[in-house]
Amino acid sequence: MMMILLFDILMIILLLLIVTLLVKPLGNYMAKVFQGKPVFLSRFLRPVELLIYRVSGIKPDVETGWKRYAISMLLFNFIGFLILFAILIFQGFLPLNPQRFPGFRWDLAFNTAVSFVTNTNWQAYAGETAASYFTQVVGLAVQNFFSAATGICILIALIRGFAHKSSKHLGNFWVDMTRSILYVLLPICLILSLVLVSQGVIQNFSPYVHSSLIDPYHTAEDKTISEQVIPMGPIASQEAIKELGTNGGGFLNANSAHPFENPTPLSNFLEILAILLIPAALTYLFGSMVGDTRQGWAIYWAMMVIFVISLGVMFWAETKGNPYVQVPGVTGQYMEGKEVRFGIGGSALFATSTTAVSCGAVNSMHDSMTPIGGMVTMVLISLGEVVFGGIGSGLYTMLAFVVIAVFVAGLMIGRIPEYLGKKIEPIGMWMSVLIVLTPSLLVLIFFTIALITPSAVASILNSGPHGLSEILYASLSMSNNNGSAFAGLNANIPFFNILGAIVMLIGRFIPAICALAMAGSLANKHITPPSAGTLKTYSLTFVIWLIFVIIIVGALSFFPAFFAGPIIEQLKMLAGGG
Amino acid sequence: MPKNHNNKLLTPELLKSAVIDSFKKLDPFKLWKNPVMLLVELGAAITSLVALASVIIKSGEPAWFPGLVSFWLWITVLFANFAEAIAERRGKARAESLTKTRSDINAKLLANPEFESSFEVVKSGELRKGDFVLVKAGELIPGDGEIIKGAALVNEAVITGESAPVLRESGGDRSAVTGGTKVISDQIVVRITADPGEAFLDKIITMIEGAKRRKTPNEIALDILIIALTILFVFVVINLYPISLYSIHSEGKGSPISITSLIALFVCLAPTTIAALLSAIAISGMDRLFRKNVVALSGKAIEAAGDVDILLLDKTGTITLGNRQAVELIPLKPFTAKEVAEAALNASLADETPEGRSITILVKQRFGMYMKTMPSKEKTIPFSAQTRVSGAEIEGHLYLKGASDAIIEQSKKKGCSIPDEINEHVSRIAKNGGTPLLVSKDHVPIGVIHLKDIIKEGIAERLKKLRLIGIKSIMITGDNPLTAAAIAAEAGTDDFLAQAKPEDKLRLIREYQEKGLMVAMIGDGTNDAPALAQADVAVAMQTGTQAAREAANIIDLDSNPTKLIDIVETGKLMLMTRGSLTTFSIANDISKYFAIIPAAMSSVYPQLVALNIMHLSSPHTAILSAVIFNAIIIPLLIPLALKGVKYRILPADKLLAYNLFVYGLGGVIVPFIGIKLIDMGLALFI
Repeated sequence: MMMILLFDILMIILLLLIVTLLVKPLGNYMAKVFQGKPVFLSRFLRPVELLIYRVSGIKPDVETGWKRYAISMLLFNFIGFLILFAILIFQGFLPLNPQRFPGFRWDLAFNTAVSFVTNTNWQAYAGETAASYFTQVVGLAVQNFFSAATGICILIALIRGFAHKSSKHLGNFWVDMTRSILYVLLPICLILSLVLVSQGVIQNFSPYVHSSLIDPYHTAEDKTISEQVIPMGPIASQEAIKELGTNGGGFLNANSAHPFENPTPLSNFLEILAILLIPAALTYLFGSMVGDTRQGWAIYWAMMVIFVISLGVMFWAETKGNPYVQVPGVTGQYMEGKEVRFGIGGSALFATSTTAVSCGAVNSMHDSMTPIGGMVTMVLISLGEVVFGGIGSGLYTMLAFVVIAVFVAGLMIGRIPEYLGKKIEPIGMWMSVLIVLTPSLLVLIFFTIALITPSAVASILNSGPHGLSEILYASLSMSNNNGSAFAGLNANIPFFNILGAIVMLIGRFIPAICALAMAGSLANKHITPPSAGTLKTYSLTFVIWLIFVIIIVGALSFFPAFFAGPIIEQLKMLAGGG
Repeated sequence: MPKNHNNKLLTPELLKSAVIDSFKKLDPFKLWKNPVMLLVELGAAITSLVALASVIIKSGEPAWFPGLVSFWLWITVLFANFAEAIAERRGKARAESLTKTRSDINAKLLANPEFESSFEVVKSGELRKGDFVLVKAGELIPGDGEIIKGAALVNEAVITGESAPVLRESGGDRSAVTGGTKVISDQIVVRITADPGEAFLDKIITMIEGAKRRKTPNEIALDILIIALTILFVFVVINLYPISLYSIHSEGKGSPISITSLIALFVCLAPTTIAALLSAIAISGMDRLFRKNVVALSGKAIEAAGDVDILLLDKTGTITLGNRQAVELIPLKPFTAKEVAEAALNASLADETPEGRSITILVKQRFGMYMKTMPSKEKTIPFSAQTRVSGAEIEGHLYLKGASDAIIEQSKKKGCSIPDEINEHVSRIAKNGGTPLLVSKDHVPIGVIHLKDIIKEGIAERLKKLRLIGIKSIMITGDNPLTAAAIAAEAGTDDFLAQAKPEDKLRLIREYQEKGLMVAMIGDGTNDAPALAQADVAVAMQTGTQAAREAANIIDLDSNPTKLIDIVETGKLMLMTRGSLTTFSIANDISKYFAIIPAAMSSVYPQLVALNIMHLSSPHTAILSAVIFNAIIIPLLIPLALKGVKYRILPADKLLAYNLFVYGLGGVIVPFIGIKLIDMGLALFI
């Protein structure tokens, strides 16, 4: 037991260390990419980039204002949605469908298309029993890249807003989109996919394998099952972007708990690393692009502190487990819902990462965690996905929190609040508040409607506080574009599909548009040079204040729900009632 | 400061009228400006109805519970109204002392702007811009205006609180007069420059009353934050009801959360404390300045003052006592002292500025010469900021005086030779901080006048203090660089701009603003007006010209340039108070959740008792204690809102840490203690 604990802790420290060490080189690389400076890959990629511009008629030198940028972004995503929706509906008529899956029902297709376009990757279907290889590769995987790159583009535009001085321009959406994919996502994905294949992740277009059971299984209805079907598919190519792009939509229903997606402790380690990597490195890119890397690090450490505290609580709760399960001579760790090859450490670290970063991939069932462990995943999502957060979206939401924190802190030191030399005016406050509070409001509204809709309540598997957590988790996950599920909720009903899709759309694009609008107004402002009286937004004091603001503004709204869900469940469990 | 503006903080009459106002402000149509409080009032109304209903129907919770909750919610709104009313009343009380002087004055409306012109007596309220009035000794000046003829001693105590009369005269920078002030000696012709209701005094009164206060961008941003959080909490509370229904359904016991508890939770969570105190903070900021004899014509300017990086001071009248005095006349070879004196006298005959007069006085004292003939109007050459010379044509000769380079330039144009010794004299005088003026007769330079600047007492220390709070001071002057450097060194400014024309000042301000710096400008002359209009914080002296006062957004009634320190402090104080109370208000929410949620859900989940970490005696007293705490914290913080949090000169980081410790951590802890104490008190009765 002690050995396992020690191993887990060492693994966690190692992972966080590697992430921290990679922040600067990767952040620096990405900053150069988006500033149009040459990088070591330019030799190979620059000709491809120019070819893309020529073929698609992009004028790379034309910079646009925030409105053009936003319209391009929305248009691009809308077309992506239409294509994916069509693929899902007409799946039955399309090639690469050895299992002859029919098209999706319209509400499921709508939900799924929205889900992948918004980088949520909420899955109300099971990959291996519903989606053809064509759908997976041409539909879903492509959107995995596009939605991730969209997040990066919005962030880059916002950062330019901070960095530019009295300018109307935020860059060119199409150039940023091309570079995100070509220079950032594709190269890392390529390497990661190969490593994953080496660990045993499969990559093929074969039909599913039927194998006879050595020991046929007799069901209660007196049927004999003598054969099992093993799903196949081009999984490795999709696995890498699933984590890297903080998408989280698994090829298979069991997601990263399935050995074909995540076979070994090493692959698990790498997948967690892939989840955290880009969102963490973007903080450095931010600091670098605004010309003061301390600002990026301050945000990084604020994120890291929340991450470590959350992980600690979850790890502690899972290690303690349920005292009443362990009573009658049961020994060992609390392993319900966890894979033996990952253990508590690999599962807790994955669960914390996937909810801190708006990824949504899972390697254990969050539903089966201890109530407090499950609550940690919900708290992390409820913070607005800012602890590293979704690719791009995490940092632009974080910057909105920073603006709010700077505003109040600036007042407290008697200055007209300014961040990075830009005065915070009503328009900036409006946008920040909308970015931060839109998802929270959506959760509350969605959650309220779900609780008073009989069909929604009826689809809860468990009763009592745990059932409440299941609906709460679904509301949080969709509104904040996380996409992971607590399990235990049959979400493929029109209610969840349609309302969920609407919530995902609003939760993604309202903050995105607000971030761009804020960028537009920021770019136009002067930059006040720092003086002795300027608030140091990289100081320890400010980082502590920022964490406080994130927790108060982000999580406070869900106190009542946490009380009535996981907290009461934990209390009941400890009292022996659950 | 022994000024009449230093009222006592609170008088019984003030309190009484503020209490009456608090009730008047319950009118929802007046309360809508404060949406948070409007929602609290709505909650109070609903809980009142619930209380009434439970008395009549006798169902559900005991009637005393909604009754007491609604009572305290009404009190909450009243406390908030009171905070605003007390600040407004204090402003009004001060304004009323001014209003007395505003009552109609009889004005002598002149047909022509001459002393001898015929006039009719009209009420001051009928005067319009451009009218000319005659004011004699012992009479009140009927409106804001500019003296176009004559000079007089004017008692401006009504505005400045200073009983010593000041000299006001036509021409120069001291021509502006304010309606309501009293002429002590002599008579003047005044051109009215403001329509009724727009005069200086009117502006002051509306500002102090807070009636026409426009919110600053900063206040609007804070409003947005507060309102957004409030909306969020509305949904949190709405959400709690289905949660409780679900829980009852799945547990099979308990009763749903009552409307009273939901409303109580909402009011406790909403940032009522800061919402209640916001307008009091803003009004009291203006008031605090007024007590220091500064009138802010916009709240934005006060806030901006807190951020000022650069202070431009016009030398004359701000750093130095306005009037330079002639102390020496130096003849250039081959002219005699007497010739110089005569030329200086003739060049200064038409010069009504104190400098010009000091020259005539010096000539009279030293040489016993008087002016013989006053030059006719067409023959005088008035000073202009462009040529920087003035003079007159007398008996066929042209006498000019002005800055040495200006005179030399003109002389060179006419082909006159320039003796080398000029430079010697000029630089000697300039090095000593004096102002050298050159006098020429028919463009031949004949002598140098030494004007001496007298630097105001204590200015060096004040400027040093400004530097301590991070403000760089720059002196602006029309003098030559040497003179400017000497005076700048003596006064202790960080930098100076010499030989500045109005457009130079404007350009300097724009340059700094381009760099993103916040610029304050202090001036009093008409030629400062464009620069004042451009500056972020524009302070005009009460003694300044009408143009300067109109371009400014802050008026210093004492005409003391170092008042900026007070203005800066007030600006910072207002922001700090606002930020600190916001933090306090939001930090309070943690304890309120812990008080209310376990209590509200106790009927379904008795296990939640474990989270009743304050050990509140019963669910009802727990909720009631939170509501009562939420209400009484408002009046407890009113003195803080009015006085402002303590301002310390500390590095930004330490200041933030300090305020976070006091108002952030304090905001988390204090309500735990307060709610517990109130609950203990309630437990004695309930």
